[in-house]
Amino acid sequence: MATAHSRSAARIMMAPAVFVLLVWMLVPLSMTLFFSFKKFLPLRGDSIGRGLDWVGFANYARFISSSSFWPSVVTTLLIVGGVLVITVALGILLGILLDQPMWGQGVVRILVIAPFFVMPTVSALVWKNLFMDPVNGFLAHVWRAFGATPVEWLSQASLPSIVLIVSWEWLPFATLILLTAIQSLDSEQLEAAEMDGASSPARFFYIVLPHLARAITIVILIQTIFLLSIFAEIFVTTGGAFGTKTLTYLIYQRVLESQNVGLGSAGGVYAIILANIVAIFLMRIVGKNLDA
Amino acid sequence: MGQIQLHQVSKSFGATEVIPPLDLTIEDGEFVVFVGPSGCGKSTLLRLIAGLEDVSAGQVLIDGLDATKVAPAKRRLAMVFQSYALYPHMSVRKNIAFPLRMAKLDKADQEERIAKAAAVLNLTDYLDRRPGQLSGGQRQRVAIGRAIVREPAAFLFDEPLSNLDAALRVGMRLEISELHKRLKTTMIYVTHDQVEAMTMADKIVVLNSGMIEQVGSPLELYLRPRNTFVAGFIGSPMMNLIDGPEAEKLGAATIGVRPEHIDISKTEGIWTGTVGVSEHLGSDTFFHVLTDAAPEPLTVRAAGEMALDYGARVHLTPRPAQVHRFDANGLRIE
Ligand SMILES: Nc1ncnc2c1ncn2[C@@H]1O[C@H](COP(=O)(O)OP(=O)(O)OP(=O)(O)O)[C@@H](O)[C@H]1O
Ligand SMILES: [Mg+2]
Repeated sequence: MATAHSRSAARIMMAPAVFVLLVWMLVPLSMTLFFSFKKFLPLRGDSIGRGLDWVGFANYARFISSSSFWPSVVTTLLIVGGVLVITVALGILLGILLDQPMWGQGVVRILVIAPFFVMPTVSALVWKNLFMDPVNGFLAHVWRAFGATPVEWLSQASLPSIVLIVSWEWLPFATLILLTAIQSLDSEQLEAAEMDGASSPARFFYIVLPHLARAITIVILIQTIFLLSIFAEIFVTTGGAFGTKTLTYLIYQRVLESQNVGLGSAGGVYAIILANIVAIFLMRIVGKNLDA
Repeated sequence: MGQIQLHQVSKSFGATEVIPPLDLTIEDGEFVVFVGPSGCGKSTLLRLIAGLEDVSAGQVLIDGLDATKVAPAKRRLAMVFQSYALYPHMSVRKNIAFPLRMAKLDKADQEERIAKAAAVLNLTDYLDRRPGQLSGGQRQRVAIGRAIVREPAAFLFDEPLSNLDAALRVGMRLEISELHKRLKTTMIYVTHDQVEAMTMADKIVVLNSGMIEQVGSPLELYLRPRNTFVAGFIGSPMMNLIDGPEAEKLGAATIGVRPEHIDISKTEGIWTGTVGVSEHLGSDTFFHVLTDAAPEPLTVRAAGEMALDYGARVHLTPRPAQVHRFDANGLRIE
């Protein structure tokens, strides 16, 4: 079907979609770039109509020299890394458990997947108020039942708490992908390994884990894209306090709280650069699993 | 050593009994073939011996020792699966080395055994490839290589050739027989192809819905089938089974005559009929002849090439010494 005629027809058919996608991506991207080189403080009377002052790289220099910049990058990476480690490790474990024949398998699988359908804002609120509240939270009651002083989760252990909340949201996704991968493993391979004298840990490391390599890669890549930009969970719980300010959150503060659009846009460009560095890094480590 | 005894072994999946209690002894060094129609429990029986499936009742003895509760890895048996079950992410070398690594053999010893197995199986040039880059026959050989490096007490093969094309199947059949002659290790081989069974086996076990119909050498099964099932299953093309008045004349409920034991003539014979389809193989010619002796056409073999027109009238004569007689229960009458 790959005749010259069908190819040009295909091109015409795809054009609208490609056009929409380009506009969708290019307009915000070029606006961000444009603003990042301008002084734009709406509350001080700057507006596009009256023309904006060109400030060169001043916004970039100011954003990076801010005392919050590097800590926010570190926080972002810690959250992304922490969530990835937890979701992949627990996802494999849950996937293997859910693959075992058991009573009520269907219901259990739906329950495990359920958190994925809860909106980030809602799940963060639930965790904050029902679990982590130092007075009325479930965990506080547990701590008190053992005679311990309840932990003020979101201030004393803020970063781990956010990692926990976000992991809870993303674990179903990881479990789902890894479960389907586990189910596609040929049972004869495991039996062959068993006959070859492999113990169950050896079967896991030599047969199951290599089989899952590609699925793990996909989980890591997709989750990273979304985790780099988590926002709602931080906004709802700590509001960026107690060392939980990620790069995304810092940009939000610059644009909306300080009403400095130019500075925020420069931050946005830094975020794009950070995302690309992380992506290249991940591709290097795990991306080779995708070919083969 | 590799003597395997099954003592009143049975297997049920839930309420369905797949294998009713059976006894079987496989002597050390024997090449035993389990043969039977699809779904008769051949694989299940093999997996019971391997330990991949727990027996519902009875005992599995290996070299006289009770192995019923012994883990598969500890039974000193090696299995070759129908799907080969190679480890796709490991090179051929690593695949073959896997059981040795698991047994924690030292590196030099491993290398030596791998080299030996690779030489025997003509795999030396492929050691660094992955299974995905091999042909079906080569994959089969890797699976066998992985089994032989362990130097097991017995080999278990589950339809190892069913994924190969006809020409390759004949070649691999010879290679496996050759391997057995060289290693002199017990081999249990599952197949539903009776040609494989006849050509390879020292002893054939014919199974039908989990029950052993007959155990014996290929020739024994061919010459003296114990019942109509074995008679119909062993031999190619199938034995002609005739019941009704023709059988009663010989004092039997059913008589069986193999296609190669019927003489065909244009002039005289006991049964008359018309020629249907003829199959010309060059070495032999098979005729399907519709006679008054049976409602189904009889298959007749003529050695060499012989031409008979469709619809021609012919006369058939079974050789009296080679007519098998069976009673109303399908059992052989001597
Ligand atoms: N895990 C299982 N649960 C329930 N029934 C099973 C199971 N495994 C096999 N069976 C049944 O046991 C019977 C024998 O199966 P088995 O695989 O041993 O047949 P087979 O002789 O190897 O057939 P084939 O030549 O098609 O491979 C079949 O009727 C099958 O449906
Ligand atoms: Mg089978």
